[in-house]
Amino acid sequence: MIEYVWLVPLVPILGFLFNGLLGKRVPKWLVSLVGCSVIGIPFLIVILIFREYLQLPADAKPVEVVVYNWISSGNFNALAAFLVDPLSLIMMLVVSGVSFIIHIYSVGYMHDDEGYPRYFSYLNLFVFAMLVLVSANNFLLMFVGWEGVGLCSYLLIGFWYEKQSASDAGKKAFVVNRIGDFGFLLGIFLIFWTFNTINFREVFSIAGTNFEVGSLVITAITLLLFVGATGKSAQLPLYVWLPDAMEGPTPVSALIHAATMVTAGVYMVARCSALYVLAPVSLTVVAIVGAATAILSASIGLAQNDIKRVLAYSTVSQLGYMFLACGVGAFVAGIFHLMTHAFFKALLFLGSGSVIHAMSGEQDMRHMGDLKKHLPITYWTFIMATLAIAGIFPFAGFFSKDEILYKSLVDGHILYWLIAAAAAFMTAFYMFRLIFMTFHGESRVDHEVLHHVHESPPVMTLPLIALAVLSTIGGFVGIPIIEGANVFHDFLAPAIAHVHRPEIHYPISFEVSMMVVSVIIALLGINTAYRMYIKRPELPQIVTEKIPLLYDLIYHKYYVDELYAATVVNPIKVGSDFLWKGVDEQVVDGAVNGSAGVIEWLSYHIRKLETGYVQNYALAILIGVFIIAGYYLGR
Amino acid sequence: MVVPLIYYIALSSALFAIGVIGVLIRRNAIIIFMCIEMMLNAVNLSLVGFADHYQAIDGQMFVFFVMTVAAAEVAVGLALIVAIFRNKATVNVDELNLMKW
Repeated sequence: MIEYVWLVPLVPILGFLFNGLLGKRVPKWLVSLVGCSVIGIPFLIVILIFREYLQLPADAKPVEVVVYNWISSGNFNALAAFLVDPLSLIMMLVVSGVSFIIHIYSVGYMHDDEGYPRYFSYLNLFVFAMLVLVSANNFLLMFVGWEGVGLCSYLLIGFWYEKQSASDAGKKAFVVNRIGDFGFLLGIFLIFWTFNTINFREVFSIAGTNFEVGSLVITAITLLLFVGATGKSAQLPLYVWLPDAMEGPTPVSALIHAATMVTAGVYMVARCSALYVLAPVSLTVVAIVGAATAILSASIGLAQNDIKRVLAYSTVSQLGYMFLACGVGAFVAGIFHLMTHAFFKALLFLGSGSVIHAMSGEQDMRHMGDLKKHLPITYWTFIMATLAIAGIFPFAGFFSKDEILYKSLVDGHILYWLIAAAAAFMTAFYMFRLIFMTFHGESRVDHEVLHHVHESPPVMTLPLIALAVLSTIGGFVGIPIIEGANVFHDFLAPAIAHVHRPEIHYPISFEVSMMVVSVIIALLGINTAYRMYIKRPELPQIVTEKIPLLYDLIYHKYYVDELYAATVVNPIKVGSDFLWKGVDEQVVDGAVNGSAGVIEWLSYHIRKLETGYVQNYALAILIGVFIIAGYYLGR
Repeated sequence: MVVPLIYYIALSSALFAIGVIGVLIRRNAIIIFMCIEMMLNAVNLSLVGFADHYQAIDGQMFVFFVMTVAAAEVAVGLALIVAIFRNKATVNVDELNLMKW
């Protein structure tokens, strides 16, 4: 089965072609069937491959499946080939599995949308690009998927392109991503220049043998690659596109935030762990950016009132966690959190979609409240996802988040831990603030809207339940402390390089107490939210009035968008305006029009010679004859 | 009696010059036309003279060709002038200056 791994990305693109070309001419049920099954089939294939891979002898792993020679030029070779190793298997499982659930959910959510076939074709293309990204065996093919998800995010965020804000958000996502992609591309160039190959395994083995820790060129490569990751995975300073990405349909947000797109950067860093461990400087940069993003976006999430916006900032924050983990060398913990996050963040977004669906499109939490009894399934699944993201035992998020917190303390620095712990507190707080504002307390729902509030159909609630199960038990693949119980870690270990540092053994009691601490932090956050939004609902008002400046700063997202507008966007606009009206219209067009003008002016005067009198012409001929004759005679 | 070559050339040159001047200064299209004929015949005359001088028949042959062509040209030219006259009611070349921008 492993040799058929190329089917995994191929099947979704068939769905894209079918729905894109024929979607408008076939009945809706066929669009849904094709759209969902082309994601379900790869998921089944990946499961089969996974089983077969587990039974392979150790020396046969990992497997590379070459489909054909894609580009061959001089000593440059790019194969269309796929790498099956633990990392790509985990990613393929998560991507296809979560995407499949989101596709099913979309059948219900997008049911009345006019662009139904278009929606599914984009969704399939998105999954195709992401599967190419995670299964490629070289940097160039990975880049194809990398760009593909960028394109699809543009198409899907701007899906309702009649809306100005949606098409703007799509453009923003695309442009911001391009900045990161540029760094990534430069990184690939530098890799080829240094190693003469772009195959992952060859690059990593050459890097391991020929380069020392701290090598300058490796540091440059990893930093450039990380620029790409900050764009794709929404890290400082390129995170600004992700919160706007919620302009798209809600399942798209779930897809972008959970299964595809934003995980690409984390995957890429983990994939290149062999390079990153050779560049301590880059690792430090990754860790600092991750920690800063985690705390910054978590604090922004505290004051947002749009249900999806809160979730968007929490995604940015959780991605920060993943990079923090990678930065301290705990790549496995990063991928682990990526996986659990995919479960509960997809659930949160789909749940919020269910709420928005029930509320007839209302997204402002200030107009919600007490929806618990109207939306029981949504509520309970949402609670599970929230407990998971807050890091409460035994939900999935607990295991991964605790591992990151622990690693950032023992392998990193106490500062990392403090930042991560503060962000964890905020996460617990704003997530339960969301719960309390949406599902509890007094109903602030419009009467007209309240009339229509209803639980979503089974096609939407079943995916919620499936994801809730995953969010609850998904963490048990990575049980810490107990020897041999951390299946996830042991499985992934061969694909990940390790930072060389002296092994320090901490007593188990220390690890356990750190777990207790992280749970206590989460509980504190929940408790604070409870006191502020349930017990004394007037408290938030008082707090905001006490610290108006700070609140204003957070509410306006630290004015980062405005800052970028002032420092980057506007100078470019002014510069482009100058180039357009100054250089292009004046200089370039001026030169062209000017030369034409000179010719016209000259012709205007010269044409007076043409009098139209035949005799003048005859005279001119005669004079010419005399001149020529005179020349030959007088010579 | 043999006519010296110089006589031929002198007469031919004089006729040609008169023709040229006539073409340049006269305004009546028919007169100009006649002057062109005169120039042609001046050349014919010199051809005959040279043919006689060199005792070569080619020059005289040429004269016949020139005369044939001239006859054809006259037919076309006169037809043109008649057509122009019908259109513009004049054959004064000062008023026929359409051949410009």
